Amino acid sequence: MSDKEAAKAYWKTNVRIILWSLVIWALVSFGFGILLRPMLSGIAVGGTDLGFWFAQQGSILVFLALIFFYAWRMNKLDAEHGVGEE
Amino acid sequence: MDQFTLNLIFVGASFALYIGIAIWARAGSTSEFYAAGRGVHPVTNGMATAADWMSAASFISMAGLIAFTGYDNSTFLMGWTGGYVLLALLLAPYLRKFGKFTVSEFIGDRFYSPTARMVAVVCLIVASLTYVIGQMTGVGVAFGRFLEISNTAGLLIGACVVFAYAVFGGMKGVTYTQVAQYVVLILAYTIPAIFISLQLTGNPIPGLGLFGDHVASGEPLLAKLDQIVRELGFNEYTAHHGDTFNMVLFTLSLMIGTAGLPHVIMRFFTVPRVADARWSAGWALVFIALLYLTAPAVGAMARLNITELMWPNGTDAQAVSVEDIETDPKYDWMATWQKTGLLGWEDKNGDGRIQYYNDANADMQEKAAANGWEGNELTNFNRDILVLANPEIANLPGWVIGLVAAGGLAAALSTAAGLLLAISSAVSHDLIKGQLNPGISEKGELLSARVAMAAAIVVATYLGLNPPGFAAQTVALAFGLAAASIFPALMMGIFTKVNNKGAVAGMITGLAVTLIYIFLHKGWFFIPDTNSFTDADPLLGTIKSTSFGAVGAMINFAVAFTVSKMTAPIPQEIEDLVESVRVPKGAAAAAADH
Repeated sequence: MSDKEAAKAYWKTNVRIILWSLVIWALVSFGFGILLRPMLSGIAVGGTDLGFWFAQQGSILVFLALIFFYAWRMNKLDAEHGVGEE
Repeated sequence: MDQFTLNLIFVGASFALYIGIAIWARAGSTSEFYAAGRGVHPVTNGMATAADWMSAASFISMAGLIAFTGYDNSTFLMGWTGGYVLLALLLAPYLRKFGKFTVSEFIGDRFYSPTARMVAVVCLIVASLTYVIGQMTGVGVAFGRFLEISNTAGLLIGACVVFAYAVFGGMKGVTYTQVAQYVVLILAYTIPAIFISLQLTGNPIPGLGLFGDHVASGEPLLAKLDQIVRELGFNEYTAHHGDTFNMVLFTLSLMIGTAGLPHVIMRFFTVPRVADARWSAGWALVFIALLYLTAPAVGAMARLNITELMWPNGTDAQAVSVEDIETDPKYDWMATWQKTGLLGWEDKNGDGRIQYYNDANADMQEKAAANGWEGNELTNFNRDILVLANPEIANLPGWVIGLVAAGGLAAALSTAAGLLLAISSAVSHDLIKGQLNPGISEKGELLSARVAMAAAIVVATYLGLNPPGFAAQTVALAFGLAAASIFPALMMGIFTKVNNKGAVAGMITGLAVTLIYIFLHKGWFFIPDTNSFTDADPLLGTIKSTSFGAVGAMINFAVAFTVSKMTAPIPQEIEDLVESVRVPKGAAAAAADH
């Protein structure tokens, strides 16, 4: 595979990982935290409901997990496609 | 030891530390001045980014905003952290790979357009300058309250300290000082929160205590809080009251704005490798999350504490008496803060007690009439004092209060330094080297960067001393500019092949529409009474001017794509630049030949 094709395949995978990560990003904040909160209102968490927890704690924790997952996954992908820095 | 001496020791020691770091970390080259020589460890950079990002607004104001509104202001928590996901996935690694010094430089090179670079420079300077005013006034207020000197003297001391480490150290000095400032501010924020969480819920982790049981009543803390504020006629704390669409849009605008603020983006130029830029964004959010996960607990617990202090025997019994407020040491903080004019009460009905309730609520008006109350008597409670007064409200030891003073100052100073650095590098690197005098020597550029920094500090200090009446509104402006112009331009530069004309048209349209929308609601150039609409009744549906940044960004994208489709595609060398930015390989070389 030429360098150019390798870079193309690498970029395609990268964009797919980004899109899926952003779906989760939107789901926990705009979804669970705001729009879907009424649907989650049956799930009680410490004096309130799951949507409130996502809005004030959960979304931030998921954001953290997403960034670390992305860093780990991309560093692996760099190596697989031979486009890493070393 | 009295409180004043304690405050002096904490603030003095923290300032001595920052100056010590400044002497140790002097910048000798432009690479050190703009990007700390690209030698900053990702964890160190994450910590510095966290201090850079968390301003007086995060430290002082955010918990107060949540405390008095509840769930609806979760927007700030999600918006100001969610932006880091966008930064980490969409911008940081590629900008690091590009390997230059400023955000505007990327926009100028990628869109092969000096105009695009200048539009970016103007946005950057306006956004950073409006943002820095708030930090400087914050420094003055914190000094004024804790060291009992005038706001002016406090502000001047703060400006001198920033001058010492930012002018000589540049990015290198600022980075290592910010690490120290982060440690100070996070201890100052979490230690009182842990104490209060233990008092109220027995759980040492405030974020868990928030969803735990209230020790005194045995009920869940949030259920107790909901009940007590409902009984006083206020909105239930955990319920949703505002407009859902606007809440989504506001959160999105904060996220996009966060990812487009230049002083945060430029921090990712300082790490050695692309992989480090990815990790570093994660570490930044770890350090930010320590405060952001604590803030909602601080807000809810302070609201409960304050309400219970005003109704010591429950909301059905008698309210607190004026005599208790004046003599009981539990209420000393009220007298202290009354002096600042940020807290006030008045026994309107002359019954010797202070009734705190929502006098706009119809049910409460009936109850008030029956009890002979003549309106809410806790007449003034500035939200910004909540975090600073919190340790006193909860009766914590004096050293905690001294620590909070040092923490508030650290938060304001670290953000001010980051913003000043963004301004000075835009002036010296983009304007002087890029535009006016491209042949300038490295030594000459370094000198001009220092002069630009010194000038920026003088301007910021002047504006801090004479804040324009619209200081609070300008934060919306800073985020609007970042969201509507800088973020879309950067993203399209990396992920699409939009050409120069498209990018310039998109940036200018996005910017113009956002500015006009803000001016229509806040007054033209923020001059009072020149607005045609208000945020209570906005021009477009329920879209408030503060939420418009996301709409501006969409307009920018749409215009850029349309214009780009109709004009000549990008030349081969720019195509190659885009391809090279997308892969990490060769990042060290890209940095070396600069």
